Amino acid sequence: MNGAVVEARNLTKRYRDVLALDDVSIRLSADRIYGLLGRNGAGKTTLMSVLTAQAFATSGDALVFGEEAYENDRVLSRVCFIRESQKYPDDFTAFHAFKAARLLFRNWDQAFAERLIGDFGLPVKRRIKKLSRGQLSAVGVIIGLASRAELTFFDEPYLGLDAVARQLFYDRLLEDFTDSPRTVVLSSHLIDEVANLLDHVIVIDQGRILIDAESDALRGSAATVVGPAPKVNEFVTGMKVLHREALGPLASVTVDETLSAAQRTGAARLGLEVAPVSLQQLVIRKTLINHPSRRVPGGDAELDSMEATR
Amino acid sequence: MIDDSRPIFLQIAGLIENEIVDGTLAEETQIPSTNEFAAFHRINPATAAKGVNVLVEDGILYKKRGIGMFVSTGARAALVARRTQEFFEQYVRPLVAEARKLGIPADELSRMIIRGADGAPAEGGNRERSAAS
Repeated sequence: MNGAVVEARNLTKRYRDVLALDDVSIRLSADRIYGLLGRNGAGKTTLMSVLTAQAFATSGDALVFGEEAYENDRVLSRVCFIRESQKYPDDFTAFHAFKAARLLFRNWDQAFAERLIGDFGLPVKRRIKKLSRGQLSAVGVIIGLASRAELTFFDEPYLGLDAVARQLFYDRLLEDFTDSPRTVVLSSHLIDEVANLLDHVIVIDQGRILIDAESDALRGSAATVVGPAPKVNEFVTGMKVLHREALGPLASVTVDETLSAAQRTGAARLGLEVAPVSLQQLVIRKTLINHPSRRVPGGDAELDSMEATR
Repeated sequence: MIDDSRPIFLQIAGLIENEIVDGTLAEETQIPSTNEFAAFHRINPATAAKGVNVLVEDGILYKKRGIGMFVSTGARAALVARRTQEFFEQYVRPLVAEARKLGIPADELSRMIIRGADGAPAEGGNRERSAAS
């Protein structure tokens, strides 16, 4: 049932002296929602461009629906990539853009597009150049949803959309995904907003895959322990520390560990509080700890032991 | 509602269990569909399905082909038995730990529990002592 929709092996993309993708291998399965997360410049857009044949990899290969995507209409008619700043011809209105999309995507659902136009209150006869940032994003969101492409990429689709419009997007995406399952890749900075929608999380940092895991496996995979510093230090001995904060005699330490029931009971006995770590916090911690300027020669283990003795 | 502490599918399973234990979902009644759970909690439908399947594997729910999921006969008793076993670790231990932190002796703690079970207000009125969750 969950065949590979995308199979990318050792993708590397170099722009002059910048290594945008560094030996990236990922596999996307059918009918799942993926979150592609990472900082600006981490390589998210480059990865999506390469997978949708809008950019060439320097080395490595990517198969989409089992085939090379470049100039391959069999593949590309099933793929939709909504760019963050999609460019349209100068005299285009949203109406023109939807008409073009209708020709391009074989699963296009016109009735759904019209419902979404109403939902977002989009002025379809105004030239796209004259639309606000939020309205421009709405054009992309509508195309991305109504195209019903078997593989759909949304690159930060929410720019300029207010909270109500974003919720509308998430709700329509989920509804329509339930009715017509497909593979969706959602690149986002608003991790907390999308966390519950995701089957799977891919975090990219400096062109490398940092996390590639089921979102439910990540949930509860880290915890923050708060309490008197000596007791906290005693408790986290031997654990992988992601972050440490101090407030007077109190310490708050985030560990990269799934705490067992016995460990939680132990923490309670020491008078420590254990708080969950949100996906967004986890991504921030893991990205920061991965950053070379903070990396200590000898690697993470050394960093941890240094932090633990501080 | 859904939080970050545990996998969402386990939280969905827990929510359904709660409704069976408190009688909202009676035995042999149909539970909402996976898609209804997904829409209501704004979660991925596959995750909701996984949560429901945990309870099917435990025998708490069963599937009527082409109709949906139903609460098994005996589900409530089974859940109550399991939760009673977990009650000590989940509730009594943290309660005792918090009481120790506040310097509440064991006999006073037991009196407070009895008073709480009778539904009486907390001693001193305005200052409620709440157990660590």
